[in-house]
Amino acid sequence: MPRGGQAGFSVDAAGARGHRVVLSGVWTLEAGLPPVSRVVDALRAEGAARACVDSAAVDRYDSALPAFLFELAAAGKRGGIEITEDGLPGDVTRMLSIARSVPARGDAKRPGPSGVVEHFGYAIVGFLRSAADLLRFFGRGITATGELVTGRSAMRLRDFTDVFVGVTVAALPIVSLISLLVGLIIAFLGAVVLRQFAAEFAVAYLVGYGMLREMGAVMTGVIMAGRTGAGFAAEIGSMRVNEEIDALETFGIRPYGFLVLPRVIALSIAMPLLTVYANAVGIFGGYLVSEFMIGIPAPIFFEEMVRVVGPNDFWLGVFKGYVFGIVVALSGCLRGLQCGSGAGAVGVAATRAVVLGITLIIVCNAIIDWAAATLGI
Amino acid sequence: MKATVQSNDEQAAPAVRVSGLRLAYDDFLVLDDLNFEIQRGEIFAIMGGSGCGKSTLLKHLIGLRDPAAGSIHFGDEDFVRASESERRRIQRRFGVLYQQGALWSSMTLAENVALPLETYTRLKPARIRQIVAFKLALVGLAGFEAFYPAQISGGMRKRAALARAIALDPDILFFDEPSAGLDPVTSRRLDKTILQLRESLGTTVVLVTHELESLFTLADRALFLDAEQKRATALGSPSVLRDDPPNEAVAAFLRREAE
Repeated sequence: MPRGGQAGFSVDAAGARGHRVVLSGVWTLEAGLPPVSRVVDALRAEGAARACVDSAAVDRYDSALPAFLFELAAAGKRGGIEITEDGLPGDVTRMLSIARSVPARGDAKRPGPSGVVEHFGYAIVGFLRSAADLLRFFGRGITATGELVTGRSAMRLRDFTDVFVGVTVAALPIVSLISLLVGLIIAFLGAVVLRQFAAEFAVAYLVGYGMLREMGAVMTGVIMAGRTGAGFAAEIGSMRVNEEIDALETFGIRPYGFLVLPRVIALSIAMPLLTVYANAVGIFGGYLVSEFMIGIPAPIFFEEMVRVVGPNDFWLGVFKGYVFGIVVALSGCLRGLQCGSGAGAVGVAATRAVVLGITLIIVCNAIIDWAAATLGI
Repeated sequence: MKATVQSNDEQAAPAVRVSGLRLAYDDFLVLDDLNFEIQRGEIFAIMGGSGCGKSTLLKHLIGLRDPAAGSIHFGDEDFVRASESERRRIQRRFGVLYQQGALWSSMTLAENVALPLETYTRLKPARIRQIVAFKLALVGLAGFEAFYPAQISGGMRKRAALARAIALDPDILFFDEPSAGLDPVTSRRLDKTILQLRESLGTTVVLVTHELESLFTLADRALFLDAEQKRATALGSPSVLRDDPPNEAVAAFLRREAE
């Protein structure tokens, strides 16, 4: 083979020390090298049990050459061919001996699911574990509240007020916008449907009933899950990554009372207030549609509304707000505390917090609606 | 590697030539009037107490920051005045080991080492796997391809980062505090790996450190930076500097004495 040409090899028949694999040409990272399997196949075709690699004819090389030889020796061993090297330049020999000085850890391969059934099993176990974690977390919330009441909690008032201000005042613009639009949408929808029955006046019932019982609390909950729940998870998650949680624990401070409780309490107070505010803005949005699209003036709109919608509906919405507040705060904190290490883990924690928060809001809403219908509220 | 061709005139020029370099953050002067050369195949240490600008100098050398004045040459090429594409071409010859390893946490060790190869070469996946396996074996991490950085120890992360740094057979390896956060045994093992790699790869090594053990084990020559004078106050073999220090600060630093 001409010197400086493409990387190539040839297998010479057996001599005293077995077959010879003669390498030639340019063996660099950029050069095209023959696959290791082709060399092993060629040796096998010759029926070789032992082979020696001769690289004296190699013209130019970099670490691609020892990388190739490293894999070739391992592949040969697997195929029952003992491959040795001969006539290698000193630096290649040194590199190979460094690479071989620490044997590959066979047990280092990460265990993980393989195959559909195993994946399915892992998913189910994961789901059950997640549910158990949530229940346990909720239970710890009750004991932590007990500690707070008896004055044994690590919770600081400052944390509570900081979180409270952050989740109420800062959330008002987005809650206002979404609630106003939801009120408008309910009224639009009602106007189109009810016009067919000449019952446009009933838009007032629909808006009042819909906002107070369902949409006010649910939409606020969803906003808070995306905004605050994700924020809690990211904040606590990065504390986990920075070992701040470990630092708390080594000082004997329970992260639950210190981090979770102020957030849960702040959100469980803020959410009912935000729900009441969202209800008011949403009803105002509905009123705008009925005044300017359907032509029902304000006195009639509100008179019709209070004729059907009562205090029960109002309090049901407020109660939902309270429950959703706890649920969103708990999912955010839980996912934050479960955060793995590394930069990507914080993002994952925030995403999981939002998914869990919204799922639980919908599930709790269904349960509360069912209970309210059964109790006739 | 030594056998890789390099034109003769390039062989003659020092690997790095720094002249009249001034480093500053806006109006705040960090270091001024730096002049030194790093020879090919040399292990060159940049040392000094905390806050003397060691890491800042390194950031300038690898092109993460631009100097306020002066020039940096790699071979015959002016790095400071090079165009964006020329700079990238010069940087391709660098391998950098950052203080914390800086492995990409969302990728496995194999993917971390493979990314520079995928970016700069057009190798087939099987070839990349072959090279990745070899580079990981060189740093004693054979078989750890599928692990994520979070799943291995700090010392292993450093070594994996070293495998990534040597992925493209760099001409110059930069190390920022290689022993930071490592126990003495792990740190000595890393020193040994660095020496072995220099010996077999023939790479020029630029080392930022304040750890004397590594300094005396590894460095052929060391540049001492002084935080107060904002200048380099000594240059030479670490043991010579220790036995015959040119000034008080160098003496105190190398003999572990508090002033």
